[in-house]
Amino acid sequence: MHPAPSVIVFSVLSGAGFGLLAFLALGLPIVLGTDALLLWGAGYALAVTGLVASTFHLGNPRRALKAYTQWRTSWLSREAWAATGTLVLLAPVALAAVFGVPMPAHFGIVGTVLALLTVFSTAQIYAQLATVPRWNHGSVPAIFLVFSLAGGAILAGAQIPAAVLTVLLAPLLVWSFRDGDTRFARRGETLQSATGLGPDPRVLAQAHTAPNYLMREMIFRVGRKHSRRLRIIAVLCAAVLPAAITLFVPPIPPVRVGAFLIHLMGAFAQRWLFFAEAEHVVGLYYGAR
Amino acid sequence: MTALPPPSARKLGLVIDLDTCVGCQACVTACKGWNDQGAGAPLSDMNAYGSEPCGTFLNRVHSYETQPVEGPAEVVNFPRSCLHCENAPCVTVCPTGASFKRAEDGIVLVNEDACIGCGLCAWACPYGARELDAAAGVMKKCTLCVDRIYNETLPEEDRVPACVRTCPTGARHFGDLGDPESAVSRLVAERGGYDLMPGMETKPVNKYLPPRRKGAAAAGPLDPLVDLEARGVAGWLDRILGAF
Repeated sequence: MHPAPSVIVFSVLSGAGFGLLAFLALGLPIVLGTDALLLWGAGYALAVTGLVASTFHLGNPRRALKAYTQWRTSWLSREAWAATGTLVLLAPVALAAVFGVPMPAHFGIVGTVLALLTVFSTAQIYAQLATVPRWNHGSVPAIFLVFSLAGGAILAGAQIPAAVLTVLLAPLLVWSFRDGDTRFARRGETLQSATGLGPDPRVLAQAHTAPNYLMREMIFRVGRKHSRRLRIIAVLCAAVLPAAITLFVPPIPPVRVGAFLIHLMGAFAQRWLFFAEAEHVVGLYYGAR
Repeated sequence: MTALPPPSARKLGLVIDLDTCVGCQACVTACKGWNDQGAGAPLSDMNAYGSEPCGTFLNRVHSYETQPVEGPAEVVNFPRSCLHCENAPCVTVCPTGASFKRAEDGIVLVNEDACIGCGLCAWACPYGARELDAAAGVMKKCTLCVDRIYNETLPEEDRVPACVRTCPTGARHFGDLGDPESAVSRLVAERGGYDLMPGMETKPVNKYLPPRRKGAAAAGPLDPLVDLEARGVAGWLDRILGAF
């Protein structure tokens, strides 16, 4: 699948933003005044920047409001509702913290649930697609949620959750990379099942001489040769280094921001691979995945 | 609403005969023509006269070759377009309700006025039936020529999809696959029509008819050359060399 920058930026930044909001809403940590302005501001800025970026890959962004209508069936629509719901619901909690009157912690619990639901919906947009076997797996929402919460915990300075989540993320990532490699074969779709021809059909002539939308969008092979190195970068930067920093360096603000930026680099590498390595069954018709 | 309607009694669709398709691309051209020149937004082409033209098409014809266990190798031309699936994944993923399946005849359509061009329906389709029109910013797909088949201003014989009307070898058939007595349903039953990627559980309405089994040729075209007998000087050389 084509790794569109707008979607990568959206899912990484919004993911971290909603993760941060989830921790702040729970009162982990309780921040007031300027600290609150900075942390809540960062959460809102990350979430909103990501959401704005996501509209750049639409063919008709002017009609984006229509995406709220189909929440009964569409994960994309549910994501829009959950994201808006989180941002609206947590606004009074954030303002109260900035003005120095913390609201009771249980008030934020609904906001935390909605923030996590947003990230879950984002992941489900991909995980629901039987056509992309690498994505069509229960571990995809798990990885999106762990990424979101880990990023949020690092920035919020919630030491124990940050350590637990980043330590958990490393084996989860390694396993998902390796397991993902075999999912297309396990799904069992081949040119034979795609065309009903057999045995062992092969492409004689392409249907068109220049690439089309399908090939640009669903068949992406550039840069897959660097996937090994990018996988190592993803595991090191997103999980191992932030875990070491959280465990062994005192959580003063510059350290937290540094650890967060390193984690984001790893998250970008992982998300790029998430798209670039995903293979769509339509590629079978072109003899290319 | 992008929830799928309950399965309709009428299931309009195509039956494509892979035995008779010659890969002439006439259906591709007729489809592009009808959907480009009629009412509504055209199917755009980008850089049509440049070095790398790219355009939106609702129908594409691939060519594959297979080597059956017995008999000569076969070339099979394979038209690919929307299969108007009963369990269409492109419909339920749509966030705006632009993508829908008609309750009365099962045709899957896009309401272009509501489409935001997110492309999720194209991701959800295993068959590559949907393409984003780069000029209009909305998704385009086969409409089963809904503007022809019910159009009473057209002569009776033209009330079929443009690809079916134009096919010179009669490889494309249009009809109601929900009616077991219809001509297309009988054709599917007789010839063993099948679904593409049944494992995706999309329940396509369109069916494909397999190429008929071709008998092996009685003698290979090159067989007479194998037993060619050398005469004259070549024959003398042949005998001498054979003696060593």
